[in-house]
Amino acid sequence: MEDIVLIQAVERYLDGTMQPAEKAYFEELRKNTPEIDQMVVEHNMFLHQIDSYANTLNLKHSLNEIHTKLLSFGEINEGGEVSTKGKVVRMWNKYRKVTAIAACVGGAIALMISGLFAYLSPVNNNQIQQLKRDVEFVKRKQQDQGSKLNEVVSKIPKDAIVTGGGSGFLIDGKGYIITNAHVLEGSAYVNVINANGNEFKASIAYKDLRKDLAILKIEDADFKTIKTLPYSIKKSGADLGEEIFTLGYPRNDLTFNQGFLSTQTGFNGDSSSYQLQISANPGNSGGPVFNSKGEIIGILSTREKQAEGVAFAIKSKSIYKLVEQLKDTDRDTLFQHIKLPTASLVKGMNRKDQIKKMSDYIFLVQAFNKK
Amino acid sequence: MKSELNEQALLKGLAENDSKAIETIYKENFNTIQSFILNNNGTYDDARDIFQEAIITLYEKAISSSFVLTSKINTYVYSICRRLWLKRLHQMGRYTGKIENIEDTIAVEEDLDFHEKRNAEFAIMDRALNSLGEPCKSLLEGYYIKKMDMQELSKAFGYTNADNAKNQKYKCLMRLKKLFFTQYNIGE
Repeated sequence: MEDIVLIQAVERYLDGTMQPAEKAYFEELRKNTPEIDQMVVEHNMFLHQIDSYANTLNLKHSLNEIHTKLLSFGEINEGGEVSTKGKVVRMWNKYRKVTAIAACVGGAIALMISGLFAYLSPVNNNQIQQLKRDVEFVKRKQQDQGSKLNEVVSKIPKDAIVTGGGSGFLIDGKGYIITNAHVLEGSAYVNVINANGNEFKASIAYKDLRKDLAILKIEDADFKTIKTLPYSIKKSGADLGEEIFTLGYPRNDLTFNQGFLSTQTGFNGDSSSYQLQISANPGNSGGPVFNSKGEIIGILSTREKQAEGVAFAIKSKSIYKLVEQLKDTDRDTLFQHIKLPTASLVKGMNRKDQIKKMSDYIFLVQAFNKK
Repeated sequence: MKSELNEQALLKGLAENDSKAIETIYKENFNTIQSFILNNNGTYDDARDIFQEAIITLYEKAISSSFVLTSKINTYVYSICRRLWLKRLHQMGRYTGKIENIEDTIAVEEDLDFHEKRNAEFAIMDRALNSLGEPCKSLLEGYYIKKMDMQELSKAFGYTNADNAKNQKYKCLMRLKKLFFTQYNIGE
């Protein structure tokens, strides 16, 4: 019984409900009696333990409740295919009418605004420049390359009309190359050449001028599947101020350049691209932008005309988005096999070694038409 | 900046056991973790277990006074789950060698050590409470976990007045304390 009285006193002392006089007496007692002092410490710790036990138990309880709730709402899914499709379908059914109305209204407003803009604003085409190569330049270069690679006869047919060119890189060792769509503008045929001068025929597997992305597929008996690509494609975003470098073909030879990421958004606040501080030239279009770990963070695509050294790159996330979208929409096609590289094998290496490892997979893209 | 503030608010909510905040964190992170576990030899139950344990770890971090979260919530949760799952696979002898990394990770070893200690303490308290017997167990649960006041408790348990219930509660508490400290000091 005495113990209980004591514990009650300790508890009152700890939760601060003790009267000042009693408190003073108790503190004096505590000071003079080590046993009581020990008891206070011990009991305090014990109450703390019960408290955190209770909190954790309550949290576990909430977590299970939320889990069950989210399951019943279809926000999460156990069993069957793991995807968010169920949710989308449900949302769609629920909000179909609202969405339709909103889309109509939104569409009408968008048309009006874009009409107004088109009417009022000066053409801003000359503010940015796509970094596709000049046709003339490609032609000349093509001859150079021909003279340089004696054993290889150019695979571009004699009667071809070269329409443009740029850079591109493998996103899957089975021969899938990504580049800018504007590089291929107006052409039906493509050839790709790597830094060693190996030339391969390729086909245009996908092209979206609005996204400015295109996927090429190497279709050439000379091409051997590459098991693992040395670089990875970054799924998450890159950081402001991060050092970056590019490899591309503004000339006939693979050209290195470096700079840094200067803004998280592209031209006019475009959130699907980055602004880079780097000197880029026609021919760099479609080339990879690497961070120091050898992860691709973007695809170099345009530059600003009025400012020196300002270029824009489409964020690497878009590659994932594009591939996923293609897998979703074309269930039977070759896109199902694309697997993007997620681990960089050149992480700790110095720049020179990184480039050596990667240069074989970065291509000069030549677009042409037949007469 | 806005999203950072938002994350801070979520963590504050988690620390206060606010179900809205917990639900948001759950919704935004569970599916990633589930696919990670499923893709690496796990089951749906494993995913649920590991994910909830990670949220508890995050909670323990959120309530600590020296709390600073140096990464985004999703990076943190993923890093914890990844460590936990690797460990579990290893224990089951099902370690497959290579685990695909789907997101960035940060170092979480210290937090996990702390979490393990807390987990052990939780288990000791759980065992002690469950070996108490009735009505002690329910009485203490009512007071300390469901946070009922003495008036309600004496009614619910049929004590003639709150003082008697209070006395009984103290007796039970003493027994629980003894059980707890015997095991705690063995270092179980």
